[in-house]
Amino acid sequence: MLTRKEVEEIALLARLYLDEDELGTMQGELGAIIEHFDVMASVETTDVPPMTHPLPLELPLRLDVVLPSLTADEALRGVPKRDGDLIVVPAIIPGSES
Amino acid sequence: MTELAQLLDDWEPVIGLEIHVQLATATKIFSASATTFGAPPNSLTDPLVMGMPGTLPVFNRAVLELALRLGVATGSQIRAKSRFARKHYFYPDLPKGYQISQFDEPLCENGHLDLILGGTVKRVKLQRIHLEEDAGKNTHVGAVSHVDLNRAGVPLVEVVTAPELTSSEEAAEFMRSLHRLVRWIDVSEADMEKGQLRCDANVSVRLRGEDRLGTRTELKNINSFKFVQNAIDHEIARQLLLIDGGGRVERETRLWDATLGSSAPMRSKEEINDYRYFPDPDLPPLVVDGPTMANVLRSLPELPAARFERYQRLQKLTADDARTMVGDRALADYFDAASKAHPGESGRTIANWILTELLGALNAEGKHISQSTMPPQRLAALVVLVESGVISGKIGKEVFEESYRSGEEPISIVERRGVQQISDETLLTAIVEGVVSRNAKQAAEYQSGKDGLFGFFVGQVMKETQGRANPVMATEILKKRLGR
Amino acid sequence: MSGPPEFWTVADTAQRIASGEITAGRLVDTMLSRIANVDRELGAYLATDGDGARRDATEIDRRRKDNVALGPLAGVPIVLKDNLVTKGLATTAGSKILQGWIPPYDATVVEKLRAAGALILGKANLDEFGMGSSTERSAYKKTRNPWDTSRVPGGSSGGSAAAVAAGLAAASLGTDTGGSIRQPAAFCGVVGLKPTYGRVSRWGVIAFASSLDQVGPLTRTVKDAALVLQVIAGHDPRDSTSLDAPVPSFAAAATGDVKGMKIGLPKEYFEGSIDADVRAALDRTIKALQDKGATTVEVSLPHTKLALPAYYVVAPAEASSNLARYDGIRFGKRADATDLIDVYRKSRGAGFGPEVKRRIMLGTHALRSGYYDAYYKKAQQIRALIKRDFDEAFTKVDVMLTPTTPTAAFRFNAKATPYDMYLGDIFTLACNLAGLPGMSVPCGLTADGLPIGAQLLGRPLDEVSLIRAGSAIEAAVGLGDRRPAGIGGI
Repeated sequence: MLTRKEVEEIALLARLYLDEDELGTMQGELGAIIEHFDVMASVETTDVPPMTHPLPLELPLRLDVVLPSLTADEALRGVPKRDGDLIVVPAIIPGSES
Repeated sequence: MTELAQLLDDWEPVIGLEIHVQLATATKIFSASATTFGAPPNSLTDPLVMGMPGTLPVFNRAVLELALRLGVATGSQIRAKSRFARKHYFYPDLPKGYQISQFDEPLCENGHLDLILGGTVKRVKLQRIHLEEDAGKNTHVGAVSHVDLNRAGVPLVEVVTAPELTSSEEAAEFMRSLHRLVRWIDVSEADMEKGQLRCDANVSVRLRGEDRLGTRTELKNINSFKFVQNAIDHEIARQLLLIDGGGRVERETRLWDATLGSSAPMRSKEEINDYRYFPDPDLPPLVVDGPTMANVLRSLPELPAARFERYQRLQKLTADDARTMVGDRALADYFDAASKAHPGESGRTIANWILTELLGALNAEGKHISQSTMPPQRLAALVVLVESGVISGKIGKEVFEESYRSGEEPISIVERRGVQQISDETLLTAIVEGVVSRNAKQAAEYQSGKDGLFGFFVGQVMKETQGRANPVMATEILKKRLGR
Repeated sequence: MSGPPEFWTVADTAQRIASGEITAGRLVDTMLSRIANVDRELGAYLATDGDGARRDATEIDRRRKDNVALGPLAGVPIVLKDNLVTKGLATTAGSKILQGWIPPYDATVVEKLRAAGALILGKANLDEFGMGSSTERSAYKKTRNPWDTSRVPGGSSGGSAAAVAAGLAAASLGTDTGGSIRQPAAFCGVVGLKPTYGRVSRWGVIAFASSLDQVGPLTRTVKDAALVLQVIAGHDPRDSTSLDAPVPSFAAAATGDVKGMKIGLPKEYFEGSIDADVRAALDRTIKALQDKGATTVEVSLPHTKLALPAYYVVAPAEASSNLARYDGIRFGKRADATDLIDVYRKSRGAGFGPEVKRRIMLGTHALRSGYYDAYYKKAQQIRALIKRDFDEAFTKVDVMLTPTTPTAAFRFNAKATPYDMYLGDIFTLACNLAGLPGMSVPCGLTADGLPIGAQLLGRPLDEVSLIRAGSAIEAAVGLGDRRPAGIGGI
């Protein structure tokens, strides 16, 4: 069971705009799904290491050599709002970051 | 006593620092784009840096090497298997919507950095050193912001101290020491103006004797050594005056404004930022093996603290001179090379010549020791000429200046100009005799008590000998001749 | 070896192109023409690349004429699931948020296919970002099951499966995170192979759940799947989770010889409500394998029931992270807003469909501090237990056999709640959680003429055993020359 407030918090964390109806629906749907997670709690997992990869792997290392990639133009081709070679977004007022 | 001074009697500041250092690699931490400073906007990107769909990180081995050097140089415990974690928040300079960092299992823990404060050494504990990627840059331009992702993905280490610093001076000294160390071992250029060394400070106050920590605030945007002190002092004062006035310190983040000389809280649209850390599934664990560690240990030069101790113990430098000499690795290396080319054990004379004459000449030209056109061996040769009496100290300085300018070997200058010191007792006696007899009046005055005239006679002897008279010998002979 | 070109196998096509029996140009025209006729109703393709395909075909025909060596898939028409990044060709992941995005690079698997001479006909429809089991969650269009157009083709690689089943491509590359290759393959009567995790590069695969996603072929025969896998498998330094393991000859394994093979039947996969026709088809499959000299052994995978909750924690959690980059700032669609936070919220709110939003919410919740241990960490521990079950069982058997799905293809709008849809995945999920290879092979039809899939699960890196057993099933109880009656019969 999720409270309406929790759903709003999660939506803000995830930067998803949900209108009143969607919030209500989401609350019900998520609640129903989460109920099915409870069964996991009954499983004994005390000394079981969480599995992050199915097969044991070590991080491969790359040589520190510059490889040519995108020009600024290629990189920015899909940018919805642009000023020359800079990406434009609504003003970020220092101190108002979250 | 000011109100503040009174408060500081009862209260002590507690400071912890989080410092981000850009590692000096050619490419970014997870992709092969260049890390060049000052490149045209968004020209150092690739699909991964842009956060494009389908891209994956591939780790740069040079990042590991440099980070390990710092870990070893700080005596840290190195984790054989460390992990990358994703740290989530939304911001335009963070293309993937998460930063790849380290959380539960960082590369280095429990190291230390020794601060040389006046006469004492304070060991500051480092909780951790971990790897992460830098974000891009936002620039506020009126109603919009501009985003340049050149810096996104540049490799960083984050150095986190224990909350053990007790003053802004210590904090500034810590910054300077770390700055010196990372440059010393070629881990980072650490140019603060280029943003290669950035500092956040956690500041709180507590009653002296109290164990528990007070509520802390986080200070951001401190980007010079001077600002570190100012900002921390300001925050300590702010907290103390707040408490004294009956208020409570809020747990908040404050941005330092250097022009205003004050800080202001960052307005957040949410109360807490839940970063939702979890191990990055695209990156298996980072393994550090024996051969890699052995390589790192081999590649490390003798560190500042060790040299500081050696210069005093073996080369008999004063603590002050030793501290200056280890302020810069190039300087310490120069001293070592000059000492090596110089017979005898005491490095004091060499140190003097370097710190006074050589640095003086370099400073006048705005040059750094690494740009010195006077190789250490040549300086050593000059010092030998002075110490062995071939030339006097005064002449030595003149020869130094000429050798520095022209590059000519000191011995060659001495011979060409014929400025060898005159240490022949017979010759000097004759010269002294001549000077005294020609200046009988002054001699009489000196003998009847006018002490200041001794300098006149020394001057005359020097004049006669074009400054070449051995000053010690000349002084002795004059004293004998004049009777006192 | 006969039949119309639209239904030639990969093997046949490659051979006939190489021999000059048909030109690549002519084949491309044939395929494009069929797509134009059939796909309006079927809806398998999101986009075709006629120009590109013709250009590549011309090149192949030129090389053949000049006796220059051709790649192993030269002239083979292939469609790519639209979550595989293609340079210069729009890639949407079935989502509005990527509408109009033209990638500046190719996925590794795409590069490999091109190098092998394959002709890329276009991009196939999918559930948005791979999240779904019916392709109903595509933001663009509906794909129909060619066997019965009132039914779904399965998902998320529904477009891929439908295209291959309906002769609109000789093969397709799909992706499988919880069954998204195998389930639509089963629903559409084609072969679907999910390789061992790490066997195929994920560079250029639009990520859904990074520790579960794999690319694999959908084809009309097991041998074809082997041929395609041969080309796309192998270590890729651009993917840090890519395995540095030798790639065996997969095609040589399609012998149908299962003498002496020990086939495990995990009892948990035969319990619960399974369609009677599906049970019957599996029984016939088991009998056929026994007749061919294999022995079947009952095994147990005790943690099977936990695969569903574990999957629906891990996958959405990783998805919520992987989809954080879709914000309208650097590519894709940006909503109009003057406040930065609103740019994020509105772009994502408008650009993502309801299923994607649901999973992002679920995943965000599972990673929150206070919930991480009980959800994400716990699910990863259960994953380890599920893998242990398999490791233990594989000491007794060589491969395992299960139904791919509990039912055949269902009708559109059949699932009342999201969780009802998730329940259909119960047989395919554990394979992804454990990183094992899995294959679905057609093994019969229901009374209504709908395809049924048998699933084979193998040890890590043992696709060869799957191909061997799969070709045996295909020979014994496969669909043979039967084609979908729903659309475009030939």
